[in-house]
Amino acid sequence: MDITIRIGGEAGQGLQFIGSVLARAFARHGLHVFSHQDYMSRVRGGHNFYQIRVANQPVRVSKNRIDILLALDENTINLHRMDLSDDGVIIYDAAMTGREHDEPVFLNIPVLAMTEKAGVTKLMANSAAIGAVLGGLDLNLDLFPETIREFLGNKGQGVIASNLAVAKDGWQYARRNGWPAALKFSAAERKGLMLINGSQAIGFGALVSGCKFLSAYPMTPSTGIMIYLASKAEEYKIVVEQAEDEIAAINMALGASFGGVRAMTTTSGGGFALMAEGLSLGGMTELPLVIAEVQRPGPATGLPTRTEQGDLLFVIHCGHGEFPKVLFTPGTPEQAIALTNKAFELAEKYQVQAIIQSDQFLADTEWTYEEIDESSLLYRDHRDRSATVREQEYKRFALTGDGVSPLAVPGFSPRLVVVDSDEHDEEGHIIEDGATRNKMVEKRLLRKLPLLRKEIAPPEYYGHENPKLLLVGYGSTYGVMREAVAELAAGIAIAMLHFSEIWPFPDPENFDFIDVVARAGLAVCVENNATGQFARLIRGETGFLFEASIRKYDGRPFLLEPFLGEVHGLLRQI
Amino acid sequence: MGFLDRFKGQEPAWCPGCGNFAILNVLKRVFSEMALEPSALTIVSGIGQGAKLPHYTKCNTFNGLHGRTLPVATGIALANNKTHVIAIAGDGDCYGEGGNHLLHAMRRNANLKLFVHNNQVYGLTKGQASPTSVPEFKSKTQPFGNPSAPLNPLALAIAMDCSFVARAFAGAHNLPQLQDLVKQALQHRGFAMIDILQNCVTFNKINTFHWYKERTYQLEENHDPGDRLNAFSRALEWGEKIPVGLFYRNARTVMEDNYPMLKEQCLAEMEFDQQKVLRKEMASFF
Repeated sequence: MDITIRIGGEAGQGLQFIGSVLARAFARHGLHVFSHQDYMSRVRGGHNFYQIRVANQPVRVSKNRIDILLALDENTINLHRMDLSDDGVIIYDAAMTGREHDEPVFLNIPVLAMTEKAGVTKLMANSAAIGAVLGGLDLNLDLFPETIREFLGNKGQGVIASNLAVAKDGWQYARRNGWPAALKFSAAERKGLMLINGSQAIGFGALVSGCKFLSAYPMTPSTGIMIYLASKAEEYKIVVEQAEDEIAAINMALGASFGGVRAMTTTSGGGFALMAEGLSLGGMTELPLVIAEVQRPGPATGLPTRTEQGDLLFVIHCGHGEFPKVLFTPGTPEQAIALTNKAFELAEKYQVQAIIQSDQFLADTEWTYEEIDESSLLYRDHRDRSATVREQEYKRFALTGDGVSPLAVPGFSPRLVVVDSDEHDEEGHIIEDGATRNKMVEKRLLRKLPLLRKEIAPPEYYGHENPKLLLVGYGSTYGVMREAVAELAAGIAIAMLHFSEIWPFPDPENFDFIDVVARAGLAVCVENNATGQFARLIRGETGFLFEASIRKYDGRPFLLEPFLGEVHGLLRQI
Repeated sequence: MGFLDRFKGQEPAWCPGCGNFAILNVLKRVFSEMALEPSALTIVSGIGQGAKLPHYTKCNTFNGLHGRTLPVATGIALANNKTHVIAIAGDGDCYGEGGNHLLHAMRRNANLKLFVHNNQVYGLTKGQASPTSVPEFKSKTQPFGNPSAPLNPLALAIAMDCSFVARAFAGAHNLPQLQDLVKQALQHRGFAMIDILQNCVTFNKINTFHWYKERTYQLEENHDPGDRLNAFSRALEWGEKIPVGLFYRNARTVMEDNYPMLKEQCLAEMEFDQQKVLRKEMASFF
C-alpha cells in the first residue's frame, strides 16, 4: 500500500498537530512515511497543508495525486479536490466547513459534535479527525495516548484521556460509515520506525558531535534547528543564545569557538548575507565553526516559508578574500545527520568553516528509517587542551606541514592564544610584509585545500550502469530523483548521480563521475532554481556542459508525477 | 620583573602624544597590581587605533572585526570563564558600527568589561566625524560640520540599566582615577563600561588635551552610584563642565547565571560522551 493524505486548512486550525501526530502514529505502526508541509507566512488564516505519504515500503518524495483529503475548511476542498485519486475520499465535518456535500467521494465525520458529546473543547476535534483516519486505515489506537503526550506535553492525564475518548469516537465512526475499502493497511504488528525531519536531523547531528554553543537569530526555515537544540540544552549542557542579529550570531559563535568549544550558527539566505563578514573573519582567524544555511526562495525576503536551491553559488563564494570552506548539501535526514557530524569533524580538524546547506523542503520533510548507520559518526577533540606547555612554546599560527596549527584553549595553560583579523605572524600579531603574507596564505589556504578535498566523498550513484538518461542533482532533490529512477527503471536505462558533499568539489580520482556524466546518453541537471547554478558549478569545475535540465522555481518542491512528466518529455528527445 | 616587562608587547604604532599610551599603561599597572598572569586575560578588540592595544601588551587576544567586539567577547565569556574578558573599542567601533551590539550587551549583562577609547573622532581612517563628534567638528567628509547630534554613551548606558557605568579622562593627572575605575570594573561581576575620554593629537583639533583637562572634574565623594535617576541627570552634564568617575552601578543578575547549564562548570571544561547521547537521543525518534 502507498497512500497519500493531504490535510488542509487555515493557519491556526491545528493541521500541523494532526499531521505530526499521524506521521508519528504511522511510523510507530512500522509504516514508512514521507511528509512535507506547505504553509504561508502567517499565524492565522490563509491556506496551509501538511501532506503525508504512508506506505509499506520506504518512500522518499511527495506525490501530487492524493488518496485522502482531510479538509478543515471549504477552501481546502476547492483547492485540492482535483488532485484526488479515483479511490480517494474527502473527509470533512460539514459543521466545521459550513457546507454539506452529497457526492459519494465525501465522508462527513461530525468531529465537532463528538467534542460536544464528550463535553470537551472544540480543539479536540483534531484528535477525533486523527482517530478517524487511523480507524479508516485499519490501524489501532494503542499508541495514540503516548504519541499525543509528546505533542501536548504536560497537560495532564485528563487532557490525554479526553483526546483519546474523542479519537475513539472518530475511529469507530470512520470504520462504520463507508470508508473506501481500497484505503486500508493490514493491521499486522511491526517494528516501529524512526521518524525524523531535516531540521531535527541537523540539530541531532550537532548534538551527537558535541556542539556546546549555538547562537542564532530566528529565521524561517532555519529556526527548527535552534528549537531542537534549545530543547536539549539543559540535559546536555548546551548554551543556545538568541543573538540580536546574524552579525552578532556568527561573531558570538566564533568567540565561543575561540573559547574552546564546538560552536554553530544557523540561518537562512538573508541572515547568511549578514554573516558574510564573520565568515571571512573565521577564515582569517582559522577558527572552527559550523553553519547551517536553510534556504528559502529569494531575492530579499522572497517566499519566507517556501523552498528553493537558490543560494548555492552565493554560499560557495561568500566572504571577502580567499579562504577554505566546506559545503555539504544533504538530501535526506540520514545524510543530514552524518554530514553535520562530518562538518563538525572537518571544521575542527582543519580549523575552517563548514556549512550545511538545507532548504525549507528538507527542513520540514519527515522521513522514516528502520535504523541509521552510526558507524560514521565521529567525535575527536582536535583542540590542544594540555595545561603543561609554557607560554613561550606556543604560536597560534605556527607554520606546519599541513597548514594546521595547534589550537589551544585560552586560560587552560600559560600559553597565550592570539588571533587577529589582520594579516598576522605565527604568534597572531599584525604584520604587513609580503613574505609573511605569502607564508600565511600558503598555510591557511593552499596547504589545507588539497587535504580538505581528499576528505570529500564522491557523489552517490544509483541505477543502471550504462544509462540512456542520467539525472544529476544535489541536496533536497535526492528523493525525487531516486524514486524517478526506481519508477522508470523497468522501461529505460536510467540512473541518478547525487552530490551531498559539494565543496571543495569532489576529486574524481576514486570514482570518475565526470566520465559517468559524459558517457550517459543524456545527462540532465535537476535543480530547484531558475538559472542552473549547479550545472554552472559542474561546468566550472569539470568543463562538462549539460544539454538538458529540469528546473523549478515556483517556491514549491518537485512532486513525483510532474517530475516523471518532465523526464518523459526529455526521453522523447533522445 | 616590573609590570612593564611582564606585560610588554609589541612596539605601539600610535602617534606620539596619543591618549592610547596612557590607557595602555594604566591597564598594565592594574593587571600587575591584581597579580594577574597574561594567560588569565583575554582582550577582545575590533578595528581602530585603540583596537591595536592587545598586541601592545601580553594576553590572550581576539582582535576581530570593526564593531563586532562585544558579540565575540560575549561568546568567549559564555564558553570559557577561565580568564577576565576585556573588550577594547573606540567610539566609532562601539557607538557606531557596533551600536546594536552595545545595547544588547548591556541587556545581557555578561561578565565582561568594555573600555571605550573615546576621542570623538575617527583616527584610523584619518579624521572623519565619529558618533560622539561635536556639531562644529568639520572634516573632509563632514565639510559643514557634523550634521548628527553626538551620542551620549553614559546616559544611554544608564537608561539601559548597564550594571557598571563610568567615565574617565586619560590625562596625566587623572590616571590614578582611571586606574581605580579599571580595577573596580575588573572586580565587578557583570557588564562594566568605562567611557574613556582621550585626545587625538592628529585629527581632533577641537577636543584637545586641554579642552578635556579644563572641563573634566571628579564626581563628588558623596555621589551615590546606586541612585539611577541622579546618575542619569549627571550623565546629561556635558559642555563647560564634564563629570568623570563612577556614575552608576547595580547588582543585576549576570547572564551566565541565567543559564542553568553553566552553574558548575564552564562549557570549555565539559567532557563529551558521544555514545551516551547517541543511545538516548536516537531512541527518542522512535
